[in-house]
Amino acid sequence: MKISRILKTILLIDFLSGLLIAIKESFKAKKTLNYPFEKGKISPRFRGEHALRRYPNGEERCIACKLCEAVCPAQAITIESTERDDGSRKTTRYDIDMLKCIYCGLCEESCPVDAIVQGPNFEFSTESREELYYNKQKLLDNGDRWESLLAANIKADNPYR
Amino acid sequence: MLDYLIIFFNEVYKILFLLIPVLVSVAMIVWLDRRVWAFVQKRRGPNVVGPFGLFQSLADALKYIFKEIIIPASSNKVIFILAPIVTMTLALVSWAVIPFSEDYVLADINVGILYLFAISSLGVYGIIMGGWASNSKYPFLGAIRSAAQMVSYEVSIGVIIINVLLCVGSLNLTDIVLAQQKLWFIIPLFPMFVIFFISALAETNRPPFDLPEAEAELVAGYQTEYSGMMYAMFWLGEYANILLMCSMGSILFLGGWLSPIDLYPFTLVPPPIWLIIKILLLFILFSLIKAIVPRYRYDQLMKLGWKIFLPFSLIWVVITASYLFYFNLLPVN
Repeated sequence: MKISRILKTILLIDFLSGLLIAIKESFKAKKTLNYPFEKGKISPRFRGEHALRRYPNGEERCIACKLCEAVCPAQAITIESTERDDGSRKTTRYDIDMLKCIYCGLCEESCPVDAIVQGPNFEFSTESREELYYNKQKLLDNGDRWESLLAANIKADNPYR
Repeated sequence: MLDYLIIFFNEVYKILFLLIPVLVSVAMIVWLDRRVWAFVQKRRGPNVVGPFGLFQSLADALKYIFKEIIIPASSNKVIFILAPIVTMTLALVSWAVIPFSEDYVLADINVGILYLFAISSLGVYGIIMGGWASNSKYPFLGAIRSAAQMVSYEVSIGVIIINVLLCVGSLNLTDIVLAQQKLWFIIPLFPMFVIFFISALAETNRPPFDLPEAEAELVAGYQTEYSGMMYAMFWLGEYANILLMCSMGSILFLGGWLSPIDLYPFTLVPPPIWLIIKILLLFILFSLIKAIVPRYRYDQLMKLGWKIFLPFSLIWVVITASYLFYFNLLPVN
């Protein structure tokens, strides 16, 4: 071993310089977010919690074509439909098992009327499994709640589709 | 009978007066450890529960209390349950002899440092018991490693303590601190302080010597099978031990409760505060080291302990003794 290396080892030079770097770094600005109080930016194409949208006049967009049910790779969607009095086809049941869902976004892409969408919300954890079996009412409520953001996101993403 | 009861409750009161602050400071020190670690990595660390996240450890403790305790079917149940209790008790028992000021010490026994040393070497039993009683391979390997490591580094700590004792001429911790009134032992015995600090890292299984719980190889070492409050007790014991090692370092080398300069504004600060500041400084160094160093390989660990630290501290004992003898500085009691 070289003498310089022995000296370096005995005097803990590498260790002390590491310590100095650590102390310097610890006073620099933080790289992480203060999560529950500040959140990261989310892309318009973000695939979060599902929602069923309505037309501005309050009519449901979904026409029960079942394309989303067919395309869903996790088979998380269950749809039952019937003919309504005015002759239009509407869903009587629209369930998504959020535990099966893999958030791939194929349902949103397959939808011809932009009815089922995945919104920007990712904070929908629950304390029990049952709460994550979404039914039609829950999805429509989500749609009403997030409509302004959903519409804006679809518009922003439209040129790239 | 009444006299006896009064003495008994008086002692219990004194013990609680020491124990509760120690336990609370252990909880705070865990928070400090995580914060320092996070700051070095430019993260924020726990900052939500309470002011600056100070109550994070209390929230964690609450979680541990409500978690289920799982005892493996193939384990030796009595020893399995006993192990965390032993670890924590031994970590707390040693605080009895730590002097916080000249007259504030629970047990001012004349072999204080020997007692401290004896108790801290018993600490390995909790780990061996836990690792063996789990009856599972990772805890067992962790326990073996831990036993070998703690035994090796205790030897060099013992020799380092001899260095200090040569300069003091007493085993009483209060005397050790009072002997440093003119000059802290860190100045004449600086190499010993460095070796003591590194050995303390190894003794408390802290990085870079955290082989017993090397998560990449051994899951969590001897703690693998533990859960809930039993795990929390291991964890409390570990941090109480770290604090103890820091206070040992500050008593042996940094002048305990003495103020750094014996002048007017410094002497106003109550002595226990000085001790706490010194313990905290050493602890922050502990946490910084945790953040910057990679883990030692097992043979390197053994080599460092037996082939470098032990001979070096032995030689230093000879040097100290000859110096004191030659210049007729040997303490007379």
